[in-house]
Amino acid sequence: MNTTTLTEHAVEAVVPAETPRRRPAPSRTPFRRVQYVELRKMFDTRSGFWLMASIVITSVIATVVTVLAGDRDTLTFDSFAAAVGSPMSIILPIIGVLAVTSEWSQRTSLTTFTLVPGRSRVLTAKLANTLLIGFLGMVIALGVGALGNLVCSMITGVDAQWDISAATFAQIVLANELGMLLGFALGLLFRSSPAAIVGYFVVNLVLPGLSGALASAQQWWADNAGWFDLNQSRFLLFDSTLTGQEWAQLGVTTALWIVLPLLVGTRLVLRSEVK
Amino acid sequence: MITVESLSKSYGGFTAVDDVSFVARPGRVTGFLGPNGAGKSTTMRVMVGLTGADSGEVRVLGRRFADLPDPGREVGVLLDASAQHAGRTGREILTIAALTMGLPRTRVDEMLERVSLTPDEASRRVRNYSLGMRQRLGIGTALLGDPEVLILDEPANGLDPAGIRWMRDLLRDFADQGGTVLLSSHLLHEIEVIADDLVVIGNGRIVAQGTKDELLAGAGTLVRAADGTALAAALGAAGIAARPTSAGAVLAEADLTRVGQAAFAAGIAVTELRAADGAGLEEMFLALTAESQRDTVTTTTTQGAAA
Repeated sequence: MNTTTLTEHAVEAVVPAETPRRRPAPSRTPFRRVQYVELRKMFDTRSGFWLMASIVITSVIATVVTVLAGDRDTLTFDSFAAAVGSPMSIILPIIGVLAVTSEWSQRTSLTTFTLVPGRSRVLTAKLANTLLIGFLGMVIALGVGALGNLVCSMITGVDAQWDISAATFAQIVLANELGMLLGFALGLLFRSSPAAIVGYFVVNLVLPGLSGALASAQQWWADNAGWFDLNQSRFLLFDSTLTGQEWAQLGVTTALWIVLPLLVGTRLVLRSEVK
Repeated sequence: MITVESLSKSYGGFTAVDDVSFVARPGRVTGFLGPNGAGKSTTMRVMVGLTGADSGEVRVLGRRFADLPDPGREVGVLLDASAQHAGRTGREILTIAALTMGLPRTRVDEMLERVSLTPDEASRRVRNYSLGMRQRLGIGTALLGDPEVLILDEPANGLDPAGIRWMRDLLRDFADQGGTVLLSSHLLHEIEVIADDLVVIGNGRIVAQGTKDELLAGAGTLVRAADGTALAAALGAAGIAARPTSAGAVLAEADLTRVGQAAFAAGIAVTELRAADGAGLEEMFLALTAESQRDTVTTTTTQGAAA
């Protein structure tokens, strides 16, 4: 019954009317707007807010516990840095994971990617924000640790020991940023919060044990694991000066464990169907 | 204006959208109709770039959606009102969208009022919203950037009768001001009341399209008897194309007089005889999409519609 209408419309569909729009097109969404919105989205839910707040809260708790329970006469800035560093090494990567996966677990990606169809712009904004929060988080955490160091010296009356150089500080920040990047990459790969978080802990807690077991059984692995095991070279960043070879190992393992998943995950997100 | 050209999308061996072409015009409400799983939502996701097409193209306001510089200000999209972060407040969701589009904050309050969400409701988290409130919020998000085109997937879902009336008036106004509205639904009455043009999809293919008046005019005569199949056979014998639809009803492609005479000549008592207008859309819908229906609606379809 609709033969005529069908063909009419088919013809029109091929030759669309000459004036498809009434108004001039707006200008392109600037990147800073995308970045600000993505940053806001990391804070504007209860869970997001408390995750961010936990950077401060856990730093304070770790510092207070160190002052109260530690041997106050021997505490230095390094002790406080280590104390605040351990919660950061868990919280920051989770922030990295959730920056990506919350779009999928809450299905907000439907709105996000219809308002900004350039998915790579959204991902770039998220990545930049993640690294920014990682840096600020470490500054805050180490700042709280520094306060603890001052308070401790006031209690003991001994001058505070500032035994972390700017270079070591930068290395600690780098180590944590790498952890966040790993979380971010796993988030892109899995697009599921539980899977990516479990993945992160497998890489960080299970693989070192396996690598250690393998090293004790096999001499070749014991000698060369540094080229394959991200944790081995990343953990060196926390408390030592790396040799040229160790930096090279860090570069190789970063490429393998962070850059590669990041690239594969990005490609998956750019091509995947958003439902 | 939305132009869909030969769009196809398949998943493995399953063709979800099969060579679909249609145009949604400015100043008109285009109803996108089809049974569940017919390909409506897939087509709409392809339109806004969330799903890649295998072949074919969609242009919104003359461009691919991905090439729109600031899509929210040109195309309002609501695909799934529930796809929002449950932990955000309604106001925050509109604020995020407004910030993305670079709109002033005052626009958020205007829009909350326009979609009738009270300040108290707006400050609640979306997990505590009813589906109807989510739909209002979603429509608010779609309208926020003052777009020229609206793409709405089942926006009437979850709205109460007053809400449906409100949305109908809102979309009518939008179209009357020159906007393009593409609206999918399986609620036939809703579409029948509001749409100017219809696109009917079944099994991923377009089975009919045109203005509502054209399509419903083709519906012919509705005649009913105790035994619809026998009635259809009798009409067929009299040279009238007819197909039984449901509950003894037969849709015949002839005027009232011819159909009545044919039934009388065959000695069949007719219980209803009228022009198939009001019920036309439902009958047309069931007949056109018969192949793709999950439930066979006591229809021994003779595919009168395929021609």
